[in-house]
Parts: sequence; C-alpha cells; structure tokens
Amino acid sequence: MKALTWNGVNDLSVERVPDPQINNRQDAIVEVRLSSVCGSDLHLLGGYMPAMERGDVLGHEFLGDIVEVGADVRKRSVGERVVVCSFFGCGQCWYCQNDLWSLCDNANTNPGLTELTYGQPLGACFGYSHALGGNAGSHAEYIRVPYADHGAFPVPEGVSDRAAVFASDAAPTGWMGADLGGVKSGDVVAVWGCGGVGQMAARAAMLLGAERVIAIDRFPERLAMTAEHVGCETIDYTQTDVGGELLERSGGRGPDVCIEAVGMEAHTDGPVNLYDKAKQQLRLESDRPSALREAIYHCRKGGTVFCLGVFGGLIDKFPMGALLNKGLTLRGAQQMGQNYIPMLLDRIAAGDLKTDHLMTHPMSLDEGPKGYDMFKNKKDGCVRAVLKP
Amino acid sequence: MNGKALALSGLAVGGGAAVLIRRWKEDASETGGVNDRWHTVTINRPLDEVSVNGRLPEPLAMLGDKIEVQVRLAPGDRGTEVAARLRDPVPSGPAGAGARLRGQDPRGPVRRALRDCRALLETGEVLSPDRPPTTHPGPGGKLISVATGRAREEGRL
Repeated sequence: MKALTWNGVNDLSVERVPDPQINNRQDAIVEVRLSSVCGSDLHLLGGYMPAMERGDVLGHEFLGDIVEVGADVRKRSVGERVVVCSFFGCGQCWYCQNDLWSLCDNANTNPGLTELTYGQPLGACFGYSHALGGNAGSHAEYIRVPYADHGAFPVPEGVSDRAAVFASDAAPTGWMGADLGGVKSGDVVAVWGCGGVGQMAARAAMLLGAERVIAIDRFPERLAMTAEHVGCETIDYTQTDVGGELLERSGGRGPDVCIEAVGMEAHTDGPVNLYDKAKQQLRLESDRPSALREAIYHCRKGGTVFCLGVFGGLIDKFPMGALLNKGLTLRGAQQMGQNYIPMLLDRIAAGDLKTDHLMTHPMSLDEGPKGYDMFKNKKDGCVRAVLKP
Repeated sequence: MNGKALALSGLAVGGGAAVLIRRWKEDASETGGVNDRWHTVTINRPLDEVSVNGRLPEPLAMLGDKIEVQVRLAPGDRGTEVAARLRDPVPSGPAGAGARLRGQDPRGPVRRALRDCRALLETGEVLSPDRPPTTHPGPGGKLISVATGRAREEGRL
C-alpha cells in the first residue's frame, strides 16, 4: 500500500510499504478515508522527538472503514465507518478503567523506552515514534487498530468525514484541556494557540459554561477563523500586551483557567524567543516553553494551567516561583479521547461543535509532503492539511 | 516474657537478620554481582485470578527455580501486586551496564515475564508490535531496532 513516511528531519516521502495485518485478536484493520496532519507531527518532522526511524509512517488523526477484525473484537464490525482515537488503550488495566487512557499499561510494546525517559511507561499512539509503541500511522491506505473495541467509534449518519476526522484528536484533546482544567460556569478562560487543538479547547470551555473565553495567537487568519467558527474573543499577541489585555478582560484577576495549546516549539516576541531557540539548538533545553511560561505568569491566583501542547523533554526558566506562590494547579496529559469521542460526535451532529472548518487544505496522500510544508510554514493560511488516500 | 527478654530476643532476631544480610551480600560479592531487588507490577485483577490455586501465571512459571515470587493484594482496589527477583546474583556497576548494553542482563526476562503476565491477565493477550517496524533499516534505524528489540526487557521495572 501507499503511505507517507518519515525519512529524516524535514524529509518526507510517499512510498510503498507492506499492508498492515491482524497481529492480535483484538485488532481491526481500517481503510483510511481521511487523515489529518497535526501540530504535534511537526515535532517529529523537526527532529525534536527521538526514537523515529526512517520509513516510519506518520499520522494519528483519522477516520475510515473497518475492513477486517480480529477474533476477539466484539463491538466493532466490518463495514462500520469509525473515527479512531489517536492514543489507544487496552480498556482493562487500572489506568484505562480510571479514564486515564493515554497511560495504558499494556498498549505500548516498547515500555522500557519511556520508563527510562520519564520514570514510568507511557501508553501508545499511532504514528508517533517508537517511544510510543512504534505503531504505523494513518497517512496510509490502511492501518492496524489494536484494541479496536475500545478506540474505534462509529460515526453517526449525518456527520461528514471532514467533520468527524477531527473527533479523532483535535476535538478530544481540546475538550480534555477544558474538562480536566476544571472549567466551570462563570470562569474566564485563556487559550494559547489558535490551531485546531486551541480552537477546540476554546469551544469546549464555552460549552462547559465559561463566561469569557479568550484565544491568543499571532496569525491573522487563525484569529479570524477562531472568532468566526468558535465564537470566542481573540488577542493578537504581536499587536498588544497580552497580560494587560487579560487583566482588563478578567476584572484584574487574571484568567481562572489557562490552557496551553502550543507545545515545544512555541514562538514569542522579543529576545526570549531567540534565547529559547539558541538553547534548543545547542541542546541545552529540548523544548521551547514560552507559551507555558506566559500561561503560568498570567493565570489568576489559585487558578489552573492545563498543558495540551506536546512537550518531550526538558525546559529552561520554568517559573516555579509563580506556580508555588500563586497557588496554581498545573496539569498536562496526552489526550484521553475514549472519554469524550462519542459525546463529541453527538455534539458535532447536533451542531454544538463545529470542526469541519479546520480542514483548510484537503489533498491526496501523494501530496502529503507538500501538505506538511504548507502546514509547517503556515502557507496559504493552512490550519490543517487533510490527506485522502 | 519480660521486657528484658523481649529486648534480647529482638536483638537476637535483629542480629540474625544482620548476619543473614551480610552473608547474602558476601555470597553475592563472591560471584561478582549483587543480589537482585524485587521487580514488581500491579495487575488489575483479583488475587485469586492471578495465582490460581497457588500456581504462578505462565510467563513467570516458565522461569522456574531461577526466581522467587511474591503475590499479594494491592491496596486501594488496585488489584494484585506480583513481585519477582532472581535467586542468583546479578551484575552491577560497569559489569551491569555492560550486560544491559549487550542485551545480556539476566533481569531482562524477569521484566518481560512480569509485563507479559499483566497483559495476559488483564487483556488475554500480549500486544504485538507492527511488523515490519520499518522499511529503511539504516544506521539510526538499527540503533532504534536494538532499543525497541529490548524495550520489553528494559526500563526501571
């Protein structure tokens, strides 16, 4: 089959690779309909995440049709149109049964790698390095889906492919940030980043009852898209003082919940950006955390900062003093979409949650390298390039 | 038993334990290694499903007399804790690091067996990785292949 493979830093190609097979009794094989690029892929593309190997198939946000199931798949069947959660879990370990799906004890076939790196083994994700299991990604004609009963969800009739594909990752990730960040009625919520995940986090905060939601970015087209399709307030951080704006819009308190949806390649104005880039290039820090620093700094006393953006290693100049002395709660997680995807699909069907606008650049799988170039370099207002095998 | 006798017996027990510990360490050092520590996993299943009629789960049972095993109820409804350690001393320091680099760490099969037990008891099977893992086994890929080939036997477990 054809697939988009990683061949080194900023080096992608479309190649022939072996078809996936049922390796376990709880596997399913899905014929991919649509597969979206994701901001977190850029960390792989840029070489910031280790444990990538030439020939690895990228992609973790997708939907498709089930074409084969293993002997122990009970809930899913051939022919179903399903959206698949990017992180998969066994559904039986303590973590899965306590709704901590991306921390599954059994899904990652390479547990020793993250156990040595992070202290405990992580769960598994499609197309996201051998540290997270080395599972082939979804930028391909077919993909193997382990534990299919727990991670593949039927798409309701009436929900289009282009809307449903974002229920795989962007929407549940964003929802998780607002949910686990504790957003409640009357809150003021600030979201750093107006990409797909940031927009979904902002919409989730609104649907969870936030009084004001303010999304922050620098790209005019993303700010405009967020204002139009999410319906929240926006701030262009290149045009104004973000801190002053947030204080003004929150009665001088600061946002109750700050959601960071940027990750390890954050950009900021001024010398701090150069400082972080230099340290990252010199390997004195692996991740650039300027948006996370800002979220901690601007959060109200006693508030919550939720980190959705992907970080892989170590950061510098972490504002521990602000965190401690303001009594903040800091939390982060890789997405746990199994908790949210059915509800999100229902909300998409009902019109509460709009996702299809994120697909700014549909294209063929063969155009995948071009799609990543457009996405990475924000060409032509690209928010998401979505590949159709 | 009066207080003095209790203290003496306690001292004796303590002394005996100290002697045992010293002998344990001496035994280990004579063979150039150290005594293995307990490697432990918590399995989200009740104790009577983990150890059926006192029998060990298959992956651990296959290690036979090479290991000691403890099975106990985990606190807080977390299932069952299973701990295993090798009876023979294991390499430490530079020798231990070398063994790990060469893929000859005797603790590797213990870690794998514990992980396999958990997967089998919780899900009924051990998840297999995608095959083949790559179509381009270059130098970097070979390094990753070595790391992933041993990842189930490595880590902090």
